[in-house]
Amino acid sequence: MENQEKFLEYVQAENKVEPKDVMPEDYRKLLVRQMSQHAHSEVVGMLPEANWISRAPSLRRKMALLAKIQDEAGHGLYLYAATETLGNGEITADRDSTYNDMLEGKAKYSSIFNYPALSWADIGAIGWLVDGAAIMNQVMLMGNSYGPYSRAMVRICKEESFHQRQGYEILMTLCRGTKEQKQLAQDALNRFWWAALMMFGPNDDESPNSKKSMNYRVKRESNDHLRQRFVDVTVPQAEFLGLQIPDENLKWNEERGHYDFGELPWDEFMEVLKGNGPANKKRLETKRKAQRENAWVKEAAIAFSEKQENLKMS
Amino acid sequence: MWEVFIQTKPGLSHKHAGTIQAATAEMALQNARDVYTRRKEGTSIWVIPAKYVVTSEGMDKEAFFDPADDKLYRHPTFYQIPNDVKNM
Repeated sequence: MENQEKFLEYVQAENKVEPKDVMPEDYRKLLVRQMSQHAHSEVVGMLPEANWISRAPSLRRKMALLAKIQDEAGHGLYLYAATETLGNGEITADRDSTYNDMLEGKAKYSSIFNYPALSWADIGAIGWLVDGAAIMNQVMLMGNSYGPYSRAMVRICKEESFHQRQGYEILMTLCRGTKEQKQLAQDALNRFWWAALMMFGPNDDESPNSKKSMNYRVKRESNDHLRQRFVDVTVPQAEFLGLQIPDENLKWNEERGHYDFGELPWDEFMEVLKGNGPANKKRLETKRKAQRENAWVKEAAIAFSEKQENLKMS
Repeated sequence: MWEVFIQTKPGLSHKHAGTIQAATAEMALQNARDVYTRRKEGTSIWVIPAKYVVTSEGMDKEAFFDPADDKLYRHPTFYQIPNDVKNM
């Protein structure tokens, strides 16, 4: 107990924890859970966009989309590698086992990736809103108390701002195009607005894990706080595009200095979380199939390295 | 598992960037390039099998670094030189 208090004091004084340091078991567990989920979200997040690589409207857009998706694979790897530093005798955190937990449906990834990208405009909306919300969350996480996680966040944030800008640029082009093109952009905003707001998680009073996480200085700001900031910065961006945010309760509140906005569709959120979203099954099946069909690459690489070792010895 | 160190430009030290998984040294170098230097962040990469890294992490920090605690005379400010003496 005394150690627990000392640890809290240490992290609350803005000190960083490194892999071999003594840490409470629930801190270690919380990190393994959160970091591996974060990693899964990066690699599952590649799927809705991959669908549009072959149909991107120009070579420039195609190169940008490919680079963005490659970044997401890289971000997944940074996070898996950082998670691995937490493994000890009792808790397994190696990449294969955390990845398998996801494939078996035992570990979650961000629900947003269970929504399909139905039109090219959705690729724009994903970059603008989904990456925008993710960046807001990740900028907050740069200051988290676990060294390897915080370093991974710094790298990711540096790389990710282009993701949001390329999305917004796609929508800007559509909004300056024909009436039909602008309508595509509006439809995409309608589809992704509430889903993006849900990325920040349940309301603060419904989020029991948040308090522990904030105590340990893993999360630095509450879900509602981040969500409000996201709404405040995004509304003017939508106005610039000439698009309508699909919320009739959205209104500037002079007194608070923030936008008021409507209640989120939590029932839908819970359904997607339970696995009943539009693409939950498809996403997992795609990942399982890739794992099965590419297993031989790993096996061949290992066989090759063993052969090289034997050659050296003989 | 390999530890990855990257030099961001000639003249600077190699700095730890993270880890990478690979079956051979050559693959480790290529994977490290693809994961850690997608935006020209490096002019040179070292990969070192993680199992060969010996670390003081996890040891008692205070005891381990204790020899330097009482050696203020290793710092320039330990020595009193009048302000009138220039260029020192």
